Amino acid sequence: MSEFLTALATQGFLQSALAAGLLSSIGCGLIGPYVVVKRIAFIAGGIAHSVLGGMGAALYFGQSPLAGALVAAVVAALLIGWVRLRWRADEDTLIGALWAIGMAVGLLFIAKTPGYQTDLMSYLFGNILLVPAESLWFMAALDAVLLLLVLAWHRQFLAVAFDEEFARLRGIPVTFFYLLLLVMVAVTVVLLIQVVGLILVLALLTLPAAIAGHYVHSLGLMMLLATVIGSAVNLAGLALSYGPDLPAGPTIILGAGALYVASALLAGFLARQRARRAAGEGPSASG
Amino acid sequence: MPPLETPTELPTSAVPTAIPIPDAVIRVWDLSFAYGAAPVLEGVNLEVGAGEFLGIVGPNAGGKSTLLKLIMGLLVPQAGRIRVLGHPPAAASRLIGYVPQYPSFPRDFPITVEQAVLLARIGGRGRQHAGVSGLRNPLPGWLAALRPGGYGQADRAAARQALEEVEAADLAQRRIGSLSGGQLQRVLLARALAGEPRILILDEPTANIDQRLEGDIFDLLRRLNARLTILVVSHDIGFISSYVGRVACVNRTLICHRTDAIDGQVIRDLYGESVRMVAHRH
Repeated sequence: MSEFLTALATQGFLQSALAAGLLSSIGCGLIGPYVVVKRIAFIAGGIAHSVLGGMGAALYFGQSPLAGALVAAVVAALLIGWVRLRWRADEDTLIGALWAIGMAVGLLFIAKTPGYQTDLMSYLFGNILLVPAESLWFMAALDAVLLLLVLAWHRQFLAVAFDEEFARLRGIPVTFFYLLLLVMVAVTVVLLIQVVGLILVLALLTLPAAIAGHYVHSLGLMMLLATVIGSAVNLAGLALSYGPDLPAGPTIILGAGALYVASALLAGFLARQRARRAAGEGPSASG
Repeated sequence: MPPLETPTELPTSAVPTAIPIPDAVIRVWDLSFAYGAAPVLEGVNLEVGAGEFLGIVGPNAGGKSTLLKLIMGLLVPQAGRIRVLGHPPAAASRLIGYVPQYPSFPRDFPITVEQAVLLARIGGRGRQHAGVSGLRNPLPGWLAALRPGGYGQADRAAARQALEEVEAADLAQRRIGSLSGGQLQRVLLARALAGEPRILILDEPTANIDQRLEGDIFDLLRRLNARLTILVVSHDIGFISSYVGRVACVNRTLICHRTDAIDGQVIRDLYGESVRMVAHRH
């Protein structure tokens, strides 16, 4: 641990990695709670994997792979959202199809692009240690956009996440906000890809929020706690992977996963304690 | 309830619904709707006057909930017209307070009662934009609903008042998931009232709560009827007939009856078979 801290103080790439981890935690702290409470993890996964198509195409045509990722993510989000709102049918199959087609298209492009094979691993599994400075600015900008949207429209997002039918009655444009939410998920996915890669993105998006959901009971507090937990697992993953020279992304996810299991067990235990205490107090007046 | 007798001729208690009521808040002409191939509603005509307390009864899948959804603009009819306070349903839905039969949200959603009730304040206040006939120069609903930021003092006051009116003020900070069926019903009613509606629509408000609480809910509705038009869908004709002024029987078509004229034959015609009568004594 101490060698990590001294390295952190001196090595620029490690400082960049830490910054990337913290910036990505803001994104997953803001959007992860929506994904968890609205139960759209499968949609988020579909968006994440279809991103490879955009990255591969961007690489092949000599463009920035992150830009390609963003375009593909937004297109996937809008497609999935539109199908779900208009037809409400077979969205599962569509998401699965987009998932696989996106991956296949991306792999084909990458196979045909001369000399960039090593990049494939960093897209799939992330390489937080190689995040360039301009990517950090890009991430900060995306975070700022997400923060602005959530601060401005948190009531409307809550209304759409909680009860779409009632939101529609109030005149809230549910289609607009639902699609916007999915686009924000897409943006967050792109944010997180550099840290943990698109295979593991779903875990970093949902686990901190799911852990937070065990303890707090408002969406706002859930976002705050998810950001803190996300930052903590990023830092811990970086620190733990540095010494033994393990890839950082999977280490971060392992930490998040272990924390989630421990938290779920703890929350279950506390719930049983509460129930035992309530039963012990004798029959209470029914509502 | 007096003992039932089988009449030997068609009921003369049917009240014609096609005669226009001058201050009708809801008008339905020749409404027909089908989800798929089979029609659910055919040729429905209805006029609801301001301040009425209308009961809507009928067998399951007879179209009662569908009729409500059409009136609220959640569904679009294949034929016919609907006007709510003089406007198409989607434009006027802000002026309706709706209490669904089943909550359309997961019970473990992290939200407090107060936050859930406050959601009704998004999209502008019903009364503020309401003129004599309903909406006067309405801000397009979606524009008002896009206002960013948080709630104002007036919003929080309206939410508190709505919770007090349904006697659920002490539940304000409780999680939605920790409420009993009866408590949740009252909170959903508070949510409907917080938007300051002109019309209150309830779908089976007593289906999921104890029988002894039925009277409480309906006494509250009777008080609310002093300032709101109320539509109640209920499976329990005998019970609601002591509260409502008129009963609309919906089984693909719609026939209205004065409540004092509801008898065994009417019910048999509506449901298509003999139905057991349960006498309520509260």
